[in-house]
Amino acid sequence: MSAKTPETPLLDQLEKGPWPSFVAGLKRLAAAEDKPYAGMMKHLLGQLERSYETKRGYWKGGTVGVIGYGGGIIPRFTELRGADGKPEFPEAAEFHTLRIMPAPGMHYTTDALRRLCDVWEKHGSGLIALHGQSGDIMFQGCSSRNVQPCFDELNEMGYDLGGAGPAVRTSMSCVGHARCEHSCYDEIRAHTQIINAFVDDIHRPALPYKFKFKFSGCPNDCMNAIQRADMAVIGTWRDDIEIDQREVRGFVAERGRQAVIDNVVTRCPTRCVSLEEDGSLTIDNRNCVRCMHCINVMTKALSPGKDRGVTILLGGKRTLKIGDLFGTVIVPFMKLETDADFAKLHELAQNIIGFFAENALEHERTGEMIERIGFANFLESVGLEPDPCMLLHPRTNPYVRTDGWDEEARKWNARRGAPPAEEDR
Amino acid sequence: MSTPAKPRMPIESGVPDAFQFMHPLLKRNYGQWHWHDRPRPGVLHHVAKSGDQVWTVRAGTQRQMDVFSVRTLCDIADRYADGYVRFTIRSNIEFMVAEQAKVPALIAALDAAGFPVGGTGNSVRMISHTQGWLHCDIPGTDASGVVKALMDELHEEFIHERMPNRVGITTSCCEINCGGQGDLAVNIQHTKPPKINHDLVANICERPAVVARCPVAAIRPAVVNGKPTLEVDERKCICCGACYAPCPPMQINDPEYTKIAIWVGGKHSNARSRPTFHKLVVAGLPNNPPRWPEVADAVKKILRTYQRDARDWERIGEWIERIGWPRFFELTGLPFTPYHFDNWRGGRASLNASTHIRHSAGGRP
Repeated sequence: MSAKTPETPLLDQLEKGPWPSFVAGLKRLAAAEDKPYAGMMKHLLGQLERSYETKRGYWKGGTVGVIGYGGGIIPRFTELRGADGKPEFPEAAEFHTLRIMPAPGMHYTTDALRRLCDVWEKHGSGLIALHGQSGDIMFQGCSSRNVQPCFDELNEMGYDLGGAGPAVRTSMSCVGHARCEHSCYDEIRAHTQIINAFVDDIHRPALPYKFKFKFSGCPNDCMNAIQRADMAVIGTWRDDIEIDQREVRGFVAERGRQAVIDNVVTRCPTRCVSLEEDGSLTIDNRNCVRCMHCINVMTKALSPGKDRGVTILLGGKRTLKIGDLFGTVIVPFMKLETDADFAKLHELAQNIIGFFAENALEHERTGEMIERIGFANFLESVGLEPDPCMLLHPRTNPYVRTDGWDEEARKWNARRGAPPAEEDR
Repeated sequence: MSTPAKPRMPIESGVPDAFQFMHPLLKRNYGQWHWHDRPRPGVLHHVAKSGDQVWTVRAGTQRQMDVFSVRTLCDIADRYADGYVRFTIRSNIEFMVAEQAKVPALIAALDAAGFPVGGTGNSVRMISHTQGWLHCDIPGTDASGVVKALMDELHEEFIHERMPNRVGITTSCCEINCGGQGDLAVNIQHTKPPKINHDLVANICERPAVVARCPVAAIRPAVVNGKPTLEVDERKCICCGACYAPCPPMQINDPEYTKIAIWVGGKHSNARSRPTFHKLVVAGLPNNPPRWPEVADAVKKILRTYQRDARDWERIGEWIERIGWPRFFELTGLPFTPYHFDNWRGGRASLNASTHIRHSAGGRP
């Protein structure tokens, strides 16, 4: 027998309006009397309505997991209990989330989505977040008892749990190669290969704190990697922007010279773009910082160059504890095409995560660790060469011991003097 | 005695293969796209080097979706879009079709089912959000509700492309800010130190870990009524709530004193300027469910001012960079306060170390 439907006058107000209503969805689930979750969702509505009344949250964490893994389930137990200690909304007293990793790029066939719904209707609440901020499918609302059978079924279908707690986390990559001409590397390959190489660190949280990878195919960084990923892998190129002058002239003819000057030429951050008298564009590629703006505006006429690869930044994170940090450059450019290139990316990630695991304090992200130990020390520890692309400007204070200067200068000169390696040309 | 059945061990398969779920047209032209344009708001048109073309129709969703909504979207995809979909980072769903002629019927079906088509180009994008009261263990407010209320108000700007550039809005239900950086961010800002239930601290909290979690070293061990507990130096406390997650008896959320703040000028992209963080502009707004009208008013005020005053391609932060912060506060009518100065480490870099000031004759704005 299903629970009584609670009155929800506050939530009801969120059923109106033009945007799709999650409340209407919750009510559809609560009204599905032929489904096992109707009672749970009625009680979920009851608890949520109470939060809207009192402006308080009523969930606490706990320990729920699946056999063989140490994370990936977000346990939620109600704290809304009567004087007798019994839950006020018992059918939603356990409302755990299973974090499941979607395919890179979040592609689905309708068949796959429907099968996910089938499993979730059998074991869970029927409520799915597509997707959480970390990039997981979040199956929200599972009893403790159903977590294991639900995971087993999803796992047999080819899905695996995502990360939670102090672990390598589920990643995100942009649509990239699949449907974007700006894409500078194979994001799906990088995402799949890197994440699947770290499944042990995803499923058995044993790091000081979370570690996130994000993969964006170009400097537009649609995955918000620089601000949110410990390791941001962002597509870029080294050679010249490709120009189709016929398309340039067409664009100028269509929009007018003034519009091109205002929206393309003067918006270039390093003043590299000139509009010539004959309606063609010239670009000072030596000083182009690969910002993407002119390419974004003139999608037919301009494209990233052919010598493509990635820039890697490290240490991005959100507020707690020391404040927001951007990721900063640790690899100005590397190719990412051959098996050896991908192996090199994996090796770099492994070195960094290994160093992080051993040297970060509890609850310290990579960016905070680097802030504490110093960037130069970090580079040396993980075997990366210092490069002026890594800073905006050199230090402005003299508070440093420079007695190793000659040796470092010799190393720099040796690196510069050596016959240029493929990657340095 | 029978031996217990061996438990099923997980297949540690990682992420599934993406190509099994990818629209065949995308698969065929993987890495071989040439250019794109936007025939109308909510529709992207990509052309491959092979000459293949694909039209993508983007629609907003409520993110926290019931299976009925998911199945409705699947029905639409089966009928109008070859049975393939994908999702964006902002919880939009995308349908891909190989012929432009298929687009209008697809849009009509989405409209009829209540999924707004838009969120492309210079529109207000779907708000990225977190879990809130629905599922988080430390939320100061709801997430889905704030987003629903705001998107109802901004719906017209989602389905049109009439902002100077794209506007990415984010929300976060605590100061950890899981919602991320936004052109405009609507975030919880607590205004009072945590209220401590001293009876529970010793049993529930690992006290040294809680002490270590505080960004300003305001927490110290104490004994109250003979029980070991923690106390907060309220003169140092910055009310961030960092202690609440590892120690729930240090309740930071309060129906009255947990407020909402608005931040502007965050930007992910490297286009034109480097990525930027959002900056505080408004604080002290009430946490007022179910529709948060004070927040909606402030958001709309800022967005309308930006829409009127910014130039093409300027994101909110770039617009303010050009006109200056004094002009921003003047145009929006928002008060400037001492709280806008940053006292945190590195904060001095946000002060004006120059005589670059946009004066006007007679001191009038």
